[in-house]
Amino acid sequence: MMQENVAQAPASASDVAPTLLALRGVGKVFSNGVTALSDVDLTIREGDFLSLLGPSGCGKSTALRLIAGLSTPTSGVLDWRGGGSLDRSNIGFVFQEPTLLPWASVFDNVWLPLRLKGVSRAKAAPAVTQMLARVHLTGFEDAVPRELSGGMKMRVSIARAMVTKPRVLLMDEPFAALDEITRFKLNNDLLELWQDERFTVVFVTHSVFESVFLSNRVVVMAARPGRVFDELAIEAAYPRDEAFRTSPDYAALCRQASDVLVKAINSTAGAHHDGH
Amino acid sequence: MTAIDEGVLKLDPEEARRVRQERLERIGRWVLPLAIMILAIWLWDRICVWNEIPQYILPRPGVVLWTLYNDAGLLFSALLVTLRITFLSLALAVIGGVGLAVLFAQSKWVEMSFFPFAIVLQVTPIVAIFPLINIYVDNQTTKLLLCAWIVAFFPILSNTTLGLNSVDRNLRDMFKLNGATRWQQLRYLRLPAAMPYFLGGLKIAGGLSLIGAVVAEFVAGATGQSSGLASRIIEAGYRLNAPRLFAALFLISLTGILIFLVLSLISHLILRRWHESALKQER
Repeated sequence: MMQENVAQAPASASDVAPTLLALRGVGKVFSNGVTALSDVDLTIREGDFLSLLGPSGCGKSTALRLIAGLSTPTSGVLDWRGGGSLDRSNIGFVFQEPTLLPWASVFDNVWLPLRLKGVSRAKAAPAVTQMLARVHLTGFEDAVPRELSGGMKMRVSIARAMVTKPRVLLMDEPFAALDEITRFKLNNDLLELWQDERFTVVFVTHSVFESVFLSNRVVVMAARPGRVFDELAIEAAYPRDEAFRTSPDYAALCRQASDVLVKAINSTAGAHHDGH
Repeated sequence: MTAIDEGVLKLDPEEARRVRQERLERIGRWVLPLAIMILAIWLWDRICVWNEIPQYILPRPGVVLWTLYNDAGLLFSALLVTLRITFLSLALAVIGGVGLAVLFAQSKWVEMSFFPFAIVLQVTPIVAIFPLINIYVDNQTTKLLLCAWIVAFFPILSNTTLGLNSVDRNLRDMFKLNGATRWQQLRYLRLPAAMPYFLGGLKIAGGLSLIGAVVAEFVAGATGQSSGLASRIIEAGYRLNAPRLFAALFLISLTGILIFLVLSLISHLILRRWHESALKQER
């Protein structure tokens, strides 16, 4: 993951958290000619809970993979502040599926990132045990993934991503396959974790409600070509709980985000044949 | 799936029928094949008696069993010789098959370049290759081993290669994100993921290594010095000693079945906690 070290941008306003990552003019064209992303400018600040919201094909997952370093941009730069390019150990990634090792126990699955860094089972035990407690899985250390429900598997996946204490957590529609009750529960637990540990989250979703509930910033993307369409600040205070979920404020914010999303989707219809 | 006590649990007719059906199936799974087997043996015995078939053409089952007991020393020492070749060749097939598969897994180019050779080895009948091996190799044991190995290693190689290449893409990305080395990825991800495939190949290879050992003995036996079960069969054939021939044949099939059962058990024990194939049917 090599990034050019671009000259320092002018200092941001004092009330805003320092920039962690700036995407500047980032584009990605696949070898089959599809433009997945075009000219994306996006600033991710320290401590953000930023959602990338958009219809399928808007390149939100591609953007996440670029940030993770799993893919390299065709054009533009990813400028990691805080010392050039971030080490990969500073990034946690949660996939859409739990993506666990089916043959390994819950404990061993969470241990894996540390194990790959050469940390022994005994040395890793405190961190793993603590992380499992954080996602409410104490007592399930020895279970294998197939013995767990979908929500629990996703908790293991989150614990695995967080066990290395990354500064950035990237999540690719992590709760899309879960039922609503489980999803709400995981939303709450994720927010709690985020508030306690103060890491930065980039959260890809196609759910307006989820993005508004979780984030302080919602970036709406449009498709063909994938691009940033608009950004919304969700200024409701944290902690957000079940009361917030049923509040008129939340409903209003959801409607606002929904309107922007509809505009983004319609913009695609118009931009269909404009040669991008 | 424990037995349901109908006295405690009130079952509607449909569920009761299902429970009965399951119980019948459980019993039938053992009783039916056994009954058919006994019937077949009885019929065999009757055919011998009814048609007054001489013993050197088709011996009665009882005579075969008696011969097995009488010639036990001779037959079992021969079985040991065959078993030695079988297990050694199976072990070599595992080492060679897995080793080559791991080598192939390192690069698509290696696999593309060398896999055709493995296929050529596999599709050429071993009986046709043996005269060549006979010329090039002096040591009798080595000859037999080589033969049995050529027959047995391909399913392991082919299955393990498939397994090593069918790792979930996201898991691969996850390893990459965590900075896993090639070796770590092999050890913690690809090898365990290939395990069910490998065990499937092992089950096939177990039977094949026995067949390979026997066939190799047959061909080698024709040229002279061998002391395995196959040479006992050839010998018995020359002497029109049909009971012994049948007894030896019986031992070979029994061995084959045992090898299969043992390998199935090993496979089940390794996979029972996580792989779909080893899980009980849940409804």
